[in-house]
Amino acid sequence: MKKVYVKEEVCIGCRLCEVYCQLQHAHSSDLVKAFKKESPPPLPRLRVDERGVVSLSVRCQQCDDAPCVQACLTGALERNPESLLVTVDEDRCIGCWTCVLVCPLAAIKQDKEQKKALKCDLCQGEEIPVCVANCPNEALVYVEEPDSTLKVESPATQGHE
Amino acid sequence: MAKTDKIKYLIIGNSAGGIGAAEAIRELDKAGTMAIVSDEPYPAYSRPLISEHLFEGRPLERMLYRAPDFYEQNNIQAVFGEKVAQVDFSGHSLKLESGRSLAWQKLLLATGGVPIVPRMEGGDAKDVFTFTRLDDAKAIDKFLNKHKGKTQALVIGGGLIGVSATEALVRRGVKVCIVEMKDWILNTILDEEGAALEAKALVEADVDIITGHTVAKINKSPSGAVDGAVLDDGRSIAADLVVVAIGVTPRLELADGQLKTNRGIIVDRRMATSQPDVYACGDVAEAYDFVFGENRVTPVWPNAYVGGRIVGQNMAGGKAEYQGGTAMNSLKYFGVNIVSAGMVAPPDKSYEVIIQRGDGIYKKVILKDGLITGLVFAGDIEKSGIIYNLMKDKVRVDGFKEELVSDDFGLASLPEEIWRARLAVPPSEEAFIVPPVEPPEEVVMDE
Repeated sequence: MKKVYVKEEVCIGCRLCEVYCQLQHAHSSDLVKAFKKESPPPLPRLRVDERGVVSLSVRCQQCDDAPCVQACLTGALERNPESLLVTVDEDRCIGCWTCVLVCPLAAIKQDKEQKKALKCDLCQGEEIPVCVANCPNEALVYVEEPDSTLKVESPATQGHE
Repeated sequence: MAKTDKIKYLIIGNSAGGIGAAEAIRELDKAGTMAIVSDEPYPAYSRPLISEHLFEGRPLERMLYRAPDFYEQNNIQAVFGEKVAQVDFSGHSLKLESGRSLAWQKLLLATGGVPIVPRMEGGDAKDVFTFTRLDDAKAIDKFLNKHKGKTQALVIGGGLIGVSATEALVRRGVKVCIVEMKDWILNTILDEEGAALEAKALVEADVDIITGHTVAKINKSPSGAVDGAVLDDGRSIAADLVVVAIGVTPRLELADGQLKTNRGIIVDRRMATSQPDVYACGDVAEAYDFVFGENRVTPVWPNAYVGGRIVGQNMAGGKAEYQGGTAMNSLKYFGVNIVSAGMVAPPDKSYEVIIQRGDGIYKKVILKDGLITGLVFAGDIEKSGIIYNLMKDKVRVDGFKEELVSDDFGLASLPEEIWRARLAVPPSEEAFIVPPVEPPEEVVMDE
C-alpha cells in the first residue's frame, strides 16, 4: 500500500504538515476559522519530533502487524481488508489508550475530550494526503512501501528506466 | 469415531484468546472444521466494556468484539451457553455438561480466569457480586434498579477490576468504599506513587479507600441481604451490596492433573501444553514473559489475543513462536490516564530508576544493564508506546536514558538507526531523486 514517509534530510520542522492535518480534520475548510473559532479545536493526527537539527514528521505507518489492532480491547481498531488502512470505529473506542501503550511510533493521538483514539487516515478522499501535498520542502513522500520482493527486483526495475 | 467426524479445531473459550486463534486459523485454513465452546450465551464481547454496560446501559450489540456475523463468515460452529464437563486429552474428545460429546483433532484451552472469592462469614449473602462477565454487570444493574435511593457498596479489592467496578457504581450514584489488603490500591500494576494519582481522583469522586485491611465478615439481614460488613480491626462499614474484586486465578479445572500446570497451564514458545495437540493461551496460560525471561501468568487482554494468534497459526500447521508478553495495563478511570508495563518497581539495587515529576505528570522508567525492564507513565502517556517497544525489542538505551522521561521525548531522541528503521524511510536510492544539496558551509569550531 502507499504510505507517507519522511525525508529527514530536508525536513526543517516547520510543522505545516501538522497545520494542514488539523485543517483537514476540522469542521471548517477555512484555515483561520478552523484554528481561531472551532471549539474544541481540531486535533492533528501527526506529530513533529525534534532533536537538534533532526526533525521527523511522524504519523501512523499502518504497520503490517498493527500492534494497536491486536491490542485493542474492544475491536474498535481494525484493518480495512481492501484499503489496508488501520481505522478506528468511534462507537466502539472508549479511550482506554491501550493502543497508545503499544504503538512503537506513538502515532495514536488522544482526543481526551471525546475519549477517542485518533490516527492518520491518509486523508481518505484526497488523492494525496494533505501533509504531503502541502510540505514546502517536499520532505514528505507518498509512495508504495518498499517491500522485500520489490527490493529483490529493484536492479531489474532500474534497468528499465 | 472416524477421523473425519472430528472437529479439526476445537476452541474452548470465546474471548480475546479464542478469537485470536480462530482468526489466525482462518488466515491459513479456510475450510477446516472449527468450533468455539463457551459457557456464556453471548458472541464474543469486550469484557472491559461491562463497566460501560453497568453505568450507561451500553447494550451487547455495542460491546461486540467482532462483527455480528463473525462466526458465520468464518464458518465457525458456535457452541455457546454450554459448559465443558471433562476433556479426554489422549482420546481427543470432550464431554459437555449437557451430555453431548465432541471429538477434536486440535484443542485450545482459552478458558480465562475465575474471580477469587475467599471464604468469609456472610460471603453467601444475596447481594455479593463479582465483576468479570457481562452477567455480573447485569446482576448488579438489576440490584441497583431494585434499590432506588441512596445505595452504598463495599468493593473488596482495589485492583483493576475493583476500580473499574467502582467507577461504574459511582456513576450510578452509589457511594463506594474500597477495602484493599495491601498498602495501596492497584498494587499489582502500579507503584505507590502512580497509584496515589489514581487514589486522589477516587477520593475526589467521594470514594472511601481503606488500605492495609481485610473484610472479616459480611453482615446478613434476616432475609439474607447484605447489611454492612466488619473489617479485621472490628470497624463497621455500611453497605447494601458487595463486589468481590480480589483478582482472578487461571481457570484450571479442565487441565487439572492432566496438563502440566503451575499457577496457570504451562505452555512453550509455540503455546503448546504438555499434551500433544493441546494448546493454551490467555489468562489461563503461563506463557513466556519477555521482561522476566520466564513463564508467568499475565492476565491482560492484548496478551491473550496475541498468544491466541500464535496458537492459531500452530494449530493450522504453521511454526509460530510467541515473542512473549508482559504485564501491561492502561487505565482511564475517573479521567486519569495511567499506563504501566513490565516491572513497576525495581526488585533490587542493581536496577536504575529514572523519574520525572510535574503537575499531575509522573514518568518512571526502570532499567537494568542498559535495558528497560518497566515503565509507569501517568498524566502524559503519549510517548509511552515508544518506551514500551524499546523494552520489548531489548534496545540498549544507556546513551539516551535521561531523555526517556523528558517532556519533548520522541522518535528524534533515539539513535538515527532506530528512527530510520521505525519510520521506514525509503531506502537511500531515494536520495538520488532529491536534487543535490549544496555542501554545508564549513563551520569553524572553537577549540
